[in-house]
Amino acid sequence: MLFSTWKKRLLTVVAIAIAITGAMTPVIAGPPQPAKGRGDKCVADTEWMRRNHMTALHHKRDDTVHEGVRTKTFSLTGCIDCHQVAGTDGRAVTVADPKHFCRTCHDYTAVSVDCFQCHASRPGDPVTTGSADSGHHPPGAAADIAALDRYLKEVGR
Amino acid sequence: MIAKADEANGGCGAGCSCATRASDAGEATATTRTVEGADPVDVGRRWFMKAATAFSTTVIAPGVTLMAFAESDPAIARPADQPVSSKHRFGLLIDLAKCPSGCSDCVTACSTENGWKLNGRPETDAQWIRKLTVTNRKDGSSFSLPMMCQHCADPPCVDVCPTGASFKRADGIVLVDKHICIGCRYCMMACPYKARSFIHEPLEDQKPHAPRGKGCVESCTMCVHRVDAGGTPACVEACAKAGHSAMIFGDLNDPASEIAKRVATYRTTRIRDDLGTDPGVYYQNL
Repeated sequence: MLFSTWKKRLLTVVAIAIAITGAMTPVIAGPPQPAKGRGDKCVADTEWMRRNHMTALHHKRDDTVHEGVRTKTFSLTGCIDCHQVAGTDGRAVTVADPKHFCRTCHDYTAVSVDCFQCHASRPGDPVTTGSADSGHHPPGAAADIAALDRYLKEVGR
Repeated sequence: MIAKADEANGGCGAGCSCATRASDAGEATATTRTVEGADPVDVGRRWFMKAATAFSTTVIAPGVTLMAFAESDPAIARPADQPVSSKHRFGLLIDLAKCPSGCSDCVTACSTENGWKLNGRPETDAQWIRKLTVTNRKDGSSFSLPMMCQHCADPPCVDVCPTGASFKRADGIVLVDKHICIGCRYCMMACPYKARSFIHEPLEDQKPHAPRGKGCVESCTMCVHRVDAGGTPACVEACAKAGHSAMIFGDLNDPASEIAKRVATYRTTRIRDDLGTDPGVYYQNL
């Protein structure tokens, strides 16, 4: 009889403990779900972009700053234009908002990016003179991607 | 002769001890300023005096209409996937006879285009372009001129940069690669034109085509994003829009271009040409 009461009490304590723990455990979110970009698909395969976007941007930045090459394929402004997420004020959100396309994954993987200390994290006014925006899939995109892919294979990445 | 900055447009960059500071703007005849421990000789003013005196006798070239290029210029347009080449040497020609003292439309246009602002702190504010007033002390006569990066063919800023961030493009445009700029500011010290400034504060809402951020040096880019699209710098466009057309932009290497023709025909001046930096900015009627 005594044993039974003790057992009951233990069970109750365990049950309460389980209940409390269950209530306090945050819901474990699945993989991040970044907002879908405009257009039907990205300039390159999603898998390829997930793995190589940083290298692509790195190469593009040197080509643009030093050589004046302003193709659209891996242009950061192109990414920002296409992957903008609307905010409550009607404008696209900046990187200060956790919904920002880049932040969705970068927060999840705890990888901080410095790009937006200097670069605009949302689309601005279009360049007034001679803007040559040719849409989501600019001509030459396939060649750009193939060239970078070859390079990545050569350096073993 | 003294050079001083217009009050509205700020003065030299940080660390400047010359008389071109905006803080001197209120003085009718600015005297040499000295910063604690600094050399009392005002180098900035000295070169300006020299240049201005040397060219005080100017040749007036009447009957020539300056032309600002509209939209995309086929002579300089280049496919987006082609790198810049040394075939071009981009430059500016500024006719000071057409540059009124009270006008600072070029400064405003540059600020709007590239997203920099004056915060009323002339020692640390951005200095992409500023209007200077050059005054003759004896008779009080003065004229004003826009001063910005002179896009030298032999830029001292590039010589001193320890990381290669300060560089000259093949087409002569001198830029800072902010990705590799460590903010040491040697280039600011080396520039004879005090054309560069340092970003001291965190920034927000930059223009997508003009990335800039704390810890980097910056200067006039000759609106490289517009030039790459076959366009004209914002200052040149604004000057034409204001009806002055004092500034023209073009390819100095192309004998058929307006700028090359004018440089070949009329007497032009490059500021501190004696330093051998071979600037790409020419002044007429200086």
